[in-house]
Amino acid sequence: MHEISLAGGILKLVEDSALKENFRRVSLLRLEVGQLANVELRALQFALEAIAPGTVLEGAHLAFDEPPGQALCLDCRQTVPLPERGTACIHCGSYRLQATGGTELRVVDMLVADD
Amino acid sequence: MCVICGCADSGEKHPDPAHAPAAPQVNAQTGDLHFGAGAARVSVPGMSQARAIKLETDILGENNRIAAQNRQHFHAHGVTALNLVSSPGSGKTTLLCATILALKRRHPALAVSVIEGDQQTSFDADRIRATGAPAIQVNTGKGCHLDAPMVAEAFARLHTHGGPAADAAHHHHDDHASAEADDSTAHSHDAPHTHGHEHEHGHGHPHSHDHAPHHGDATSLLFIENVGNLVCPAAWDLGEAAKVAILSVTEGEDKPLKYPDMFAAARLMILNKTDLLPHLQFDVARCIEFARRVNPAIEIIQLSATSGAGMDAWLNWLEHALDPDFFA
Repeated sequence: MHEISLAGGILKLVEDSALKENFRRVSLLRLEVGQLANVELRALQFALEAIAPGTVLEGAHLAFDEPPGQALCLDCRQTVPLPERGTACIHCGSYRLQATGGTELRVVDMLVADD
Repeated sequence: MCVICGCADSGEKHPDPAHAPAAPQVNAQTGDLHFGAGAARVSVPGMSQARAIKLETDILGENNRIAAQNRQHFHAHGVTALNLVSSPGSGKTTLLCATILALKRRHPALAVSVIEGDQQTSFDADRIRATGAPAIQVNTGKGCHLDAPMVAEAFARLHTHGGPAADAAHHHHDDHASAEADDSTAHSHDAPHTHGHEHEHGHGHPHSHDHAPHHGDATSLLFIENVGNLVCPAAWDLGEAAKVAILSVTEGEDKPLKYPDMFAAARLMILNKTDLLPHLQFDVARCIEFARRVNPAIEIIQLSATSGAGMDAWLNWLEHALDPDFFA
């Protein structure tokens, strides 16, 4: 349920930017949400759509990049995919994996309009 | 459009006090904070409660910035802060009470204080205060986790209610004292140590305290008991030195795999209520294996806060935690 909190944070970032850059409408908002970011994408999309009406995000198209989870295997020293925490190294079967990618959670860029 | 609340007013500054940032309701006697007392019963930093009907909100980047300030603040005051996370009913508060009483016997000079997070009620803070340790209850309303601004405000209130900074550093912040004018317990420390001072947090400026700067070990412990929830608190940095995940053996050994983010974020897992193991089908070894799958480096302590078994290992860990290098 914290996706609602995150959506509010995203809206705040966009509104701060609207104040600085002087735009009134966002037509496209691109977000990066890593596979290991502890975020349910559908819940975040729902939350953003729910809070958008009456804001600069009203009608905005949402695009999500989902960087795959990645880890360093502490046993075989290879970089391996980690689609979710608690899965084993695909090479040696070890669970001693250290996440190195897929934890991103950020606003990447957006298309804005003044009308 | 107004970027404060989203209304049509494009004025520079809202004259309407309803648009001021949501302020928590403060219990004048205890300093407890209720962030969900407004119309929408949620905390919406930077927005008015009137508009908060639509959403619960927080800002992770902004949260992390304030968490970093908290971290520097804790360090400057010689405070080791631990963020205790678990599902509801794992025995966090019972463990805390037992810990506080045990630390009193072991280290009578060590200041211990608690920030208690719950959606509603001050039951937990009341239990902590009954041990003699200062506690501030933070009610989040509908919120599912504590955030860094809540902890910043609660920590400031601990100053004026006999918390770690007040006890350990013998000073309090005059700028926080106005709300507690009617609270005589807030001003119980020695008068010569009470001074207003310029305070610059987060910029590496030396504090103009009149006491010696802290060398070596921290002089106090701050436990932050998060809202009982194994999901959301994992994502919110509060400025703690470490997260401690508490799992009770009545919950099932597969919890670390079911809620991996929390166990991945924790430095230590406490397996609590081990006195009940004879009555349960709980495979301790499997549970530990699962925890290490999601966090190979996680430390694990088994204990029973009720029987006292294993408490020494936890108290030893806390002693190590007072050394700032422990978390380096």
